[in-house]
Amino acid sequence: MKLTQAMEQFEPVIGLETHVELSTKSKMFCGCATEFGAEPNTQVCPTCLGLPGSLPVPNQTAIESTMRIGLALNCEITEFSRFARKNYFYPDMPKDFQTSQYDEPFCVNGYLDVLIPTDEGEKSFRVEIERVHLEEDTGKLTHAGGATGRIHGADYSLVDYNRAGIPLVEIVTKPVTGTGKYAPQVARAYVTELRDLLRNLGVSDVRMEEGSLRCDVNLSLHPKGSAEWGKRTETKNVNSLRSVEKAVFSEIERQADVLADGEKVTQETRHFHEDSGTSSSGRSKEQAEDYRYFPEPDLVPVIADETWVSKLKTDLPEAPSVQRKRLAKEWNFSDEEMRDVVSLGAIDLIAQTVSAGASPQAARKWWLGELARRATEINKELSDLSIDPKHISELDTLVTSGKLTDKLARQVLDGLLNNEGTPSEIVEKRNLVVMSEDSSLLPIIQSAIAANPDVVAKVKEGKLQALGPLLGAVMKETKGKADAAKVKSLVLKELGVEG
Amino acid sequence: MSKITPEALKHLAKLARLELTEAELATYATQLDVILDSVDKIREVAAQDVKPMSHAVGLTNVFREDAVKPSLNREEVLAQAPAQEANRFRVPRILNEE
Amino acid sequence: MSEDLVFLTGSEIAQKIKNKEVSAIEVAKAHFDRIEKLDSKIQSFLYLDKEAALTQAKKVDEKVAKGDTLKPLAGVPLALKDVLTQKGVPTTAGSKILENWRPPYDSTVVKKLIENDVVILGKTNMDEFAMGSSTENSAYHTTKNPWDLTRIPGGSSGGSSAAVASFFAPLSIGTDTGGSIRQPAAVCALVGAKPTYGTVSRYGLIAFASSLDQAGPITRTVMDAALLNEAMAGFDENDSTSINQQLESLVQAAKNKNIKGMKIGIIKELGGEGWQPGVLKQFDQAVEVLKSLGAELVEVSLPHSVYALAVYYLIAPSEASSNLARFDGMRYGLRVGDDGEKDVEAVMKLTRAQGFGPEVKRRIILGTYALSTGYYDAYYGQAQKVRGLIAEDLRLAFEKVDVLISPTSPTTAWKIGERVDNPLAMYLADLATLPASLAGVPAISVPIGLASEDRMPVGLQVIAPAMQDHKNYQVAAALEAAQNSLLINQVPDLASLS
Ligand SMILES: [Mg+2]
Ligand SMILES: [Zn+2]
Repeated sequence: MKLTQAMEQFEPVIGLETHVELSTKSKMFCGCATEFGAEPNTQVCPTCLGLPGSLPVPNQTAIESTMRIGLALNCEITEFSRFARKNYFYPDMPKDFQTSQYDEPFCVNGYLDVLIPTDEGEKSFRVEIERVHLEEDTGKLTHAGGATGRIHGADYSLVDYNRAGIPLVEIVTKPVTGTGKYAPQVARAYVTELRDLLRNLGVSDVRMEEGSLRCDVNLSLHPKGSAEWGKRTETKNVNSLRSVEKAVFSEIERQADVLADGEKVTQETRHFHEDSGTSSSGRSKEQAEDYRYFPEPDLVPVIADETWVSKLKTDLPEAPSVQRKRLAKEWNFSDEEMRDVVSLGAIDLIAQTVSAGASPQAARKWWLGELARRATEINKELSDLSIDPKHISELDTLVTSGKLTDKLARQVLDGLLNNEGTPSEIVEKRNLVVMSEDSSLLPIIQSAIAANPDVVAKVKEGKLQALGPLLGAVMKETKGKADAAKVKSLVLKELGVEG
Repeated sequence: MSKITPEALKHLAKLARLELTEAELATYATQLDVILDSVDKIREVAAQDVKPMSHAVGLTNVFREDAVKPSLNREEVLAQAPAQEANRFRVPRILNEE
Repeated sequence: MSEDLVFLTGSEIAQKIKNKEVSAIEVAKAHFDRIEKLDSKIQSFLYLDKEAALTQAKKVDEKVAKGDTLKPLAGVPLALKDVLTQKGVPTTAGSKILENWRPPYDSTVVKKLIENDVVILGKTNMDEFAMGSSTENSAYHTTKNPWDLTRIPGGSSGGSSAAVASFFAPLSIGTDTGGSIRQPAAVCALVGAKPTYGTVSRYGLIAFASSLDQAGPITRTVMDAALLNEAMAGFDENDSTSINQQLESLVQAAKNKNIKGMKIGIIKELGGEGWQPGVLKQFDQAVEVLKSLGAELVEVSLPHSVYALAVYYLIAPSEASSNLARFDGMRYGLRVGDDGEKDVEAVMKLTRAQGFGPEVKRRIILGTYALSTGYYDAYYGQAQKVRGLIAEDLRLAFEKVDVLISPTSPTTAWKIGERVDNPLAMYLADLATLPASLAGVPAISVPIGLASEDRMPVGLQVIAPAMQDHKNYQVAAALEAAQNSLLINQVPDLASLS
């Protein structure tokens, strides 16, 4: 059933669980490094390998980062909090329990407001935060043999424990109601807003493509007007902004179909597949684990007293929403311009481009124009293009100073996307210099003139607007490298016509 | 009276990842009943408003600063592995996703 | 001469090495000779590390030669319970699931022993994962009590107690979760101390029940225990539950045997019906000795101590069920059934089924049950509350008295095999030692002679408030001095056994 149709009969309730890897130097409970992409099993020690006899000692920065996230999300910081053991067996988890938090998390009861465009114009939705707690990440599994390389049908698996024990913050929303057909946008807007907020706090590099920000989407449908909510599903590993929107969208349609057929939705975990944008059924409630949480006896309680919390409060940076208003003013962008910038998640990129020297409008032009186009082509977020804003600023200077034509500039972008180096290096390598010397241009111009006698005639009669084909021919011949203005003046000179 | 039904015991064994024979299940069922009967008496203690004691020491706020310490040498780590491949721990195929 | 070296106390040996009367190498060799001659009867060791021991001894002799100032226990041999990691040395915790596991790191205790130039002879036998009171739960073999080879040496640190009682080493280290240092010490006529929880690092101690485990000394004299306790204690940044605070000198306390005017409370609930008469008789005798030394004895009640056994057998298995989850055959140790067909869950189940013994499985299931939804509040949750009440009982008692005393164990060493099929009977051995364990306060067991009916050793337990371990040593030293004759005359004569 199509979303719009489904929304005529049903009301969705969504909930989001977001896992964020903190960018601390060392792991949560040991001194191992946290470099992404290090050689397998080179960042492990007795503690993060769960060797017999090893013990955890918590990373203070990780705990404070968690509290700062809570404060930024308008949460209360719990005065007495504790770690708890979540017991279940899985080969990527060295101790076969995850050190997490249960009924005594660091932060509770917050909210985050998100703006989304609706039929009645821009509307603000409040997403309430249930809790923000700290836990440890698991190791990384690679599935070997079998057809797919997916977990199913694999012959065996390989484990790299470098990621095991990296501090992981879990942010859980309360059930979000009243979004109606906007559920997918609200979900995406929330994660986008959350990502900006986390980046602003500097607690995580929030790279979804590197898995440092991961989402689980809870969703249920109930008939409009009914007070009772439907059975919910939890869709796991939704790992891009696009997918968050897609996952909500497709799960609404899937459940609507089930309900429309008079069937019942089974309460289960589902697994999202980035490639197909669909999800497949996972563990049902009946098979659900019993995690046997209990307070971690190897760790002592955390008491967050007034002075500590207020110190953390005062050190908080400005909230993204506030920052946006400020920047819109500084850059004098119109509301529409700013909204596009936000929805494409380009604020930081533009800010960095501007601070590298480019004018705000130029920065906006690059990111929301050519770059946005290319991002959509390859199905990526702007921030995932991994292009250094400094290079965009440099590229802009090359164009404004006439060293590059727009056409050449686009080729430099190709180079940047292939990370072939800095713009000037790419200009070098690809030899993208503008031709402006008479010596090199004249022969080309003369053959163009020779090839287009009728055009020449028109021009000589004074019809300057007829020049087009001539200039075009030259540009074509020079593969766009020629300086247009220069070409025009030379052509006129050759024809002895006054410009 | 029997506290732990065979089904319940099977479920516990699954949670604890223990493959138990029927004979073992039977023995444990009876032994656990005896033990549970003897521990059951703590229920008679009125302790509604007593704070649970989960630690023997009154310590709070024990942290380490966020500094990197050297990790183990990978060869040493993998030397202990029952199976390894490509510098990773090799484990049997996984059926249920977490 | 070298034969007699093994009958010296740790401090005597250290003295002779200092005075160059004997070399650390000679001392080590003398002990290895005796072990090689007699341990086949006792089976106290799981692993002997002669080469490493002699290298360590050589280091000490070199220091002596250079005239370096020596640590108090430099060159003294020690038997280490096989539950503490030692880099590169097999560490099994008495379990098949860790057979041939060689840890890539040293436990903090081992680090400190090496810094103190103690000579580690090898690893001693124990009940699997320290679950038991007899070493019959060891996956490898049952250790015998040198006082009577048909009887158990206590547990779980039974290998350590048997080794020291057999004069295989003057020092040994045990670990105590519910009484695993004090009970084996008691039934082998030794001194065994459980330090205040948090004063000895647990880093590298293979966990049984994290909130209870504590390593401590098992020796033949109070002074040796004090010296060893001081050598192993101290703050450790690798253990979040480590207390950053100095204990008062234990050696001083062991020297100062004066207990005149000290207030000692006799725990009302620990004794009487169901307790072995010979044990109670020795205890009453010891009480008289304490009086004669000028101590003031009063009866004290710990009303909730009757629940200690129940509380312990919910909390310890619960924590154990989680601590022992990691033994799944994925990263180290045993792996069973990996035929390329079976999935990971099946392999984990088979590995744990074959790798763990019956008692360990029993406690894992019990703990899993106590933590599972629907039972948590009634069992684990309630147990933690009652644990708090037991600790409170002790706190109140210590407002009235300096220390508390009781027999260490309800009975002397029982016959091997007597209780294997009756877990509950086995658990009763911990009755007297549990309150101190649950409260995290220090306790010591000191020999008080033999029970009349079986001529087997009896121990008296002294319990002090947290961080006041020195008071235990003071009382123990006083008792030891007052009845020395009794013990020295009755060392077991292994040579005559065969
Ligand atoms: Mg989580
Ligand atoms: Zn580590």
